[in-house]
Amino acid sequence: MELKTLLTSMVIIGFSAGLVSAQADATLAVEGEVISTSASAPAFAENLDTVYSGWRFRKLETRSLQLDDFDNPAFVFVDKGIDLFEKVDGTEGKACASCHEDVEDFAGLRPKMPRVEDGTLVTMENLVNECRTERMGAEPWKYSGGQMTAVTALIGLQSRGMSVNVAFDGDAAPFFERGQELYYQRVGQLDMSCSNCHEDNYGVMIRADHLSQGQINGFPTYRLKNAKLNSAHARFKGCMKNIRATPYKEGGDEFKALELYLAARGNGLSVETPSVRN
Amino acid sequence: MAKGVKPRVKVPKTAAAGETITIKTLISHKMESGRRKDKDGNFIPRSIINRFVVDFNGQNVIDVTLEPAISTNPYFQFDAVVPDAGEFKFTWYDDDGSVYETSKKIKIA
Repeated sequence: MELKTLLTSMVIIGFSAGLVSAQADATLAVEGEVISTSASAPAFAENLDTVYSGWRFRKLETRSLQLDDFDNPAFVFVDKGIDLFEKVDGTEGKACASCHEDVEDFAGLRPKMPRVEDGTLVTMENLVNECRTERMGAEPWKYSGGQMTAVTALIGLQSRGMSVNVAFDGDAAPFFERGQELYYQRVGQLDMSCSNCHEDNYGVMIRADHLSQGQINGFPTYRLKNAKLNSAHARFKGCMKNIRATPYKEGGDEFKALELYLAARGNGLSVETPSVRN
Repeated sequence: MAKGVKPRVKVPKTAAAGETITIKTLISHKMESGRRKDKDGNFIPRSIINRFVVDFNGQNVIDVTLEPAISTNPYFQFDAVVPDAGEFKFTWYDDDGSVYETSKKIKIA
């Protein structure tokens, strides 16, 4: 009996040690500036005590890529974003920079996105395309295309280190509830919901990788697996394919609601855009 | 000339005489290996950076031959001894004949 108890406690210790190493207590200092990678979970996320940035679940070598902007491969794309920001396009003969003279003025926008405007939920991508079609007279960009992610990464970068603080009450409440519903909705052939992995099993290995909490504070994120920037919606799509579900449309109502819900789950985490993940 | 090629280098602004410094370089380039096929099954022609050279005040520091298996946006990090103040000159040679150059000055503190 005693032996059995001892064995059980050893198993528990071994298991929790695995969890600890997966989200080891580490400091993320980007270009010397410390960014917090954990925060106490918001009240509505009743199954979590602490929310952790996906950075905490990655290997040391992946983590270290994010410490220096030169080593961070996402900055190749941010540079492209700067060029696009200044490039004149469309019938009005305007570039982003014609109205938004200094891209640094966008500091503080990323932590509040997505937000509700006149009863509709808008994401950063929606704002960019609204400017392109209505004020520049240009063709809208593809939702998760290379040009779009380059510019959203550039805009998001201006808020790096600020705490995510999206509003999910008032006007946003119905979208938030829709997102929450989707988060816990089992779908696909494998009959899994987001929460099955990212709430019940974060820190545990999934094949050769650690499951994160699925926080979106670092998006658009550079992924080593496809060597480009990935939008949050493209990542949702990837997750849905993995559970053999039919993905919703990028930029569609479902993913936008889910984005709001996930952003709210990460309220308190710092913006890490553009982050590096595997 | 391949599209969207942009060289980036990181060299400390100052160093002590005889100090070993770390230099990081990255050039954005698609590094098309020549082994991939397009939708119709035809090979996409090879288009890579095939040589990377760094000189310091006319003296060669490194000279690298790049092969098709090197991935997109090749990144090099290496150490160099700085005997005195001068200029690092970085040169990348593209398959299509283009040459991309950049340089960084370093002072002795």
